[in-house]
Amino acid sequence: MTKLAEIVLNGLALGSVYALIALGFVVIFKASGVINFAHASLLLLGGFTVAKLHDDLGFTLALLVAVVVTAAVAGLVEMVFIRGLGRTEVHTLTILTIGVDILLTTELTRRIGSDVLSLGDPWRAGVRDWNGVHIADARIACVVVAVVLIGTFFAAFRFTAWGLSMRAAAEDREAAALMGVRLGRVQLIAWCVAGALAAVAAVFLAAFPSAGLDRSTGQIALAAFPAAILGGMDSAAGALLGSLLVGLTSALTAGYQSDLSWLGANLGDVAPYVVMLLVLIWRPTGLLGSRERARV
Amino acid sequence: MSDRPSAPVSRAAESIPVRHAAPARPGPRRWAGPGAVVVVVGVLLVLPFYVTAFWLQTGLFAMAAAIGAIGLNLLSGTTGQLSLGHAFFLAFGAYGYVWLAGDSGRVGVRRLSGAGLPPLLALVLAVLLTGVVGGLFSPISGRLRGMYLGVATLALVFIGHHVMLNAASVTGGFNGRSVPSMGVGDLTLTDGRPDGLEVLGIPFGRLERLWYFALILVLVAALTARNLLRGRPGRALGAVRDSEIAAAVMGVAPARYRSAAFVVSSMYAGLAGALIALIFNRVVPDYFGLALSIDYLAMIVIGGLGSVTGAVVGAAFVTMLPQVLSKYADTLPLVVAPGSPESGVGPGEAARYLYGAAIVLVLLFAPGGLVGLLRGRPGGGPGGRGQGLGRLGRTQGSIRIGSKE
Repeated sequence: MTKLAEIVLNGLALGSVYALIALGFVVIFKASGVINFAHASLLLLGGFTVAKLHDDLGFTLALLVAVVVTAAVAGLVEMVFIRGLGRTEVHTLTILTIGVDILLTTELTRRIGSDVLSLGDPWRAGVRDWNGVHIADARIACVVVAVVLIGTFFAAFRFTAWGLSMRAAAEDREAAALMGVRLGRVQLIAWCVAGALAAVAAVFLAAFPSAGLDRSTGQIALAAFPAAILGGMDSAAGALLGSLLVGLTSALTAGYQSDLSWLGANLGDVAPYVVMLLVLIWRPTGLLGSRERARV
Repeated sequence: MSDRPSAPVSRAAESIPVRHAAPARPGPRRWAGPGAVVVVVGVLLVLPFYVTAFWLQTGLFAMAAAIGAIGLNLLSGTTGQLSLGHAFFLAFGAYGYVWLAGDSGRVGVRRLSGAGLPPLLALVLAVLLTGVVGGLFSPISGRLRGMYLGVATLALVFIGHHVMLNAASVTGGFNGRSVPSMGVGDLTLTDGRPDGLEVLGIPFGRLERLWYFALILVLVAALTARNLLRGRPGRALGAVRDSEIAAAVMGVAPARYRSAAFVVSSMYAGLAGALIALIFNRVVPDYFGLALSIDYLAMIVIGGLGSVTGAVVGAAFVTMLPQVLSKYADTLPLVVAPGSPESGVGPGEAARYLYGAAIVLVLLFAPGGLVGLLRGRPGGGPGGRGQGLGRLGRTQGSIRIGSKE
C-alpha cells in the first residue's frame, strides 16, 4: 500500500511538471496555431541559465533571471520568426520551430557538454516521511509551485483582458482582429508565458531525484507532447488532465517494472506514448479537444 | 526565368487554393529538366572509376537518404501530413531485411533468429512488410491532419526504439546485428564472390557494386514517385492538402488518400532503411532515433517541399554536410576535429548549426527550397509541371479548418 501511495504521489508530481510544459504548448497553439517544437530547447535554456547563475546570485534570483531570459528568448522567436510569417501556413511555421530548436539545442548542448549541472535548489536531497510513505521535498515543492502557477494561469485566462483576447483569438482570429484585439501582442505574451513556464519546469525536472541538468533534459520535455495531444491541443484543461495521466502512467509502469519485465526495461519512458496512441485511436482530437465538424 | 509573368500577384490571388496548369514551357527550357537528370545520372555512373572510397561511402548514404526523403516528401510535401516517425520505418525496413535474410544461430552469448531467405526476396518482403506496418497505423494516419500526425508519429520512434532494444532475438539488442550481404546467384555485393572482379582496370569491390545497386534503386524510386505525383493520385493528394472539403466534393476520400500516402511513404522508408543497413554492414538501435526523423524532415524542407528533385537535393545536402565537414575539419576555420583537445565547434555540431540555419532561412526566404531557387522560383509558385507543388499548403483557411470549425 505504501508503495502504491508513493508511486501515485510521484506520478502526480511528475504530472504537474508535465502540466507546466504542456500548458506552454497549448498557449502557443491557441494563440498562433503552431505546435512549438522549440519548447524543448527553451526548457534547456531555462535550466542552463539557473545552473550558470545560482552560484553568484543564489537560487531564487537565478530562477527569476532564468524565467525572464527564457520568456524573452521565446518572445524573440515569436517576433523574428512567427510574426513575420503570419500569412504563411501553420505547418511551415511548425517546421520552422524545429529549425530553431536544432540551432538552440546544438548551442546549449555544446556548452553543457557531458556535464551534469547542479541547479543549487534549496530542497537538495531532502525526503519526507509520512507513516512510511516517502516523498522527496523537491516533489512536494513541485506540486505546490505547479498548482499556484497553473491556478494563476487559469485565473488570468478567465478574468484578465489578455485572457479574453486570447480566447477570442483562438475562437476566430479574423473576428477578433476586427473587434480590435491586437493579435500580435496576444501572441507575443502567449510565447513569453510559455517560455517562463518552461524555465520553471526545467528546475523541477533537474531537481532530486534526478541527478541534475544534462544535455538530454530537453528531451524529457518531449514527454509533454503526448500530454498536450491526448488532452486535446486546444484545451488548457485537457493539457492538465493529459499531464496527470501521463505522469501517473509513467510512474506506475516504472514503479511496477519488476512485474512487467516481459515488456522490457525502461517501460516508463514509452508508456506515455502508448497511452497517447490508444487515446488518439479512440478520439482523434484528444480527450477534451474541440471536435471538428465538416459538412460536405 | 519564371514561366509565369512576374507581375505583382496580389496576396489574395496567391492564397486561392487552386493550381492552374502550368503554361507550356518555351522550347529549350522544356528539355532543361530531363537534360540535367541525364547529365547527373551519367556523372554518377562513371563516378566509381574516379573517386576514393570515402566519397563512394558518402554518396551511398546520400542515395539511401534520397529514397527515404522522396517517400517523406510524398507524405509531408504533397499531402501536407507531417511525420516524425520516419526513423521508425527506416528501422523497420533495416531490421526486416536483416531478420528475413539472416540465419538463425548463436552469436556470442546470444541466440539470434532469422528466416534465412535469399537476400533479394528478403529486401522485397522487408519493403512490403514496412508498408503493412504503415497501413496498420492508418486509423491514426488517416484521421489526424498535418502537425497532429507529426506529434502522434513521435510515439512510433520511441516505441520502436524500445522494441529494438528489447526484442534482442530479432534485433540483437543494444549492440545491434550484422547485416547479411545482398546478392543474386554468384554475384554478391561484397568484396568476394566473384573474387577480384575488375572493370576497366578498376577493382570492383563492395562499395562499387553497392553503388550501382543503389543507383538503380534511387532511379526506380524517383521515377515511381514522379509518375505517382503526375497522375491522379498526386493531384488527389495535393487536393487533400489544400482543402479537404473541396477534395471530398471532387470525389477524393481524404482519409483513404492520407493513409495511402502514409503507406507509400513508409515503404520508401523501408527500402531506404534496408539500403542503409547494407551500407553500414551493421544495424544498431541508437541510429534510428528522433534526430534521424528530423534529419529527413530537414532534407525535404531544404530541398523543396513536394518535389522529387528537391528531396534528392536535400538528401544529398543533409547527409553529406557532416561527412564533408569532418573530413576537412583541419582546413576549415572554426571547425575542429572530433575529440580534439582544442575548444571549438566539432564537425557534427557545425553541420547541425548549418542545417538548422538552412531550415530557418529556406522557410523564411525561399519556401520553394533549393530546387525553387534553381528554377528561379524562390517562392515555390505553381508550375514546374506538376512537381513544384511548393510549400506545405498555402491556404489561410486551413488555420481555421485545422483547429476549430
